[in-house]
Amino acid sequence: MNIDKRIADDMAANGISFVTTVPCKQLAGVIEEIDQREDMLHIPSNKEDEGMGLCAGAWMGGKRPAIIMQNTAIGVTINTLATLIQYYRMPLPMLISYRGELREPVACQVEMAVHTKALLAQLNIPTYHLHWQKDVEELDNILKYTFMCNKPVAILTDANFWGGYGDQ
Amino acid sequence: MIRSEILREIAPTLRDQLVVCNIGIPSQELHAIDDQPSNFYMLGTMGLASSIGLGLALAQPKPVIVIDGDGSILTNLGTLPTIGNNAPSNYILMIIDNGSYGSTGDQPTYTSQRTDLTGMARAAGCARVVEVQDVDTGPVLEEALASGEATVMVVKCDSGNAKMPVITMDPVVIRDRFMKAIAS
Ligand SMILES: Cc1ncc(C[n+]2csc(CCOP(=O)(O)OP(=O)(O)O)c2C)c(N)n1
Ligand SMILES: [Mg+2]
Repeated sequence: MNIDKRIADDMAANGISFVTTVPCKQLAGVIEEIDQREDMLHIPSNKEDEGMGLCAGAWMGGKRPAIIMQNTAIGVTINTLATLIQYYRMPLPMLISYRGELREPVACQVEMAVHTKALLAQLNIPTYHLHWQKDVEELDNILKYTFMCNKPVAILTDANFWGGYGDQ
Repeated sequence: MIRSEILREIAPTLRDQLVVCNIGIPSQELHAIDDQPSNFYMLGTMGLASSIGLGLALAQPKPVIVIDGDGSILTNLGTLPTIGNNAPSNYILMIIDNGSYGSTGDQPTYTSQRTDLTGMARAAGCARVVEVQDVDTGPVLEEALASGEATVMVVKCDSGNAKMPVITMDPVVIRDRFMKAIAS
């Protein structure tokens, strides 16, 4: 299975046509896939809160959005999640690389990993953790759930999900 | 002129357009001067008006006017390259550059000193950037709407706020009626 194509196909099948991204090494493949697709407008953003603003506007304009980002961005987006996405009740699927989890080679990444689920829980953000590649089977349901309830929803994808770093 | 005087002057133009308005007193002033379902008032999230407006302009064909502030642009400077590289022709960013954080008591921003937002917008890749004196805002906004090009307006004006009531409308109501105005 090509996991990057599978994710993009599920997003397209759920009507997602506006995607903003800030890269992570683990997300490089899916970002490249989305950039090439004709059925999705890809607008890279410079910071994740900016990206959430783009998504809010795109959704009000009639397009289903998504943001692809690293879990280290949770800290810089808390105010935006609370006062824009949640306060105005907007759907936002967040495909998040969960750095600092099992098979992580970079120690610094663990420092935000230990806060990631606690911060999302504090914000009452529905959170799904994909650990095995087969967990991608849940993605379609998660996206449907997001647009059903008009909430931000976190999809954490760890190094094991992406196949590790070769020697790890 | 101060911000509220400019808003009062351009209200007849804004009335027929989709408007995304900056947090705090700018939204309170616009709401008090001429509340419209086609106005999206930001009640929080300083800095994101330009981004919300850009997403909206990219998603649908109607013109979108963003009323932003110098302080909010400075806090989300990454917005300028995103606008410079992606803004469609229906996007107008009007930065009310009063050289201050007006809503919080007119503390000076760096645009009251050496920082030049017009130059920064150009350097970020924005093609049509117009620096405007407060008194000329109306005609320049009309020109921007007629130009068929994405436009960044930097409106130089005085610092100061009109005393207007806080917006008590529910955010979901603001958003819902705005979406209906977009779709109509
Ligand atoms: C993260 C954050 N920091 C500070 C504030 C407080 N705040 C609200 S409006 C504002 C000033 C915005 O200035 P500007 O965009 O220039 O608008 P003006 O009122 O001058 O037109 C500030 C500092 C906030 N809402 N959010
Ligand atoms: Mg200001």
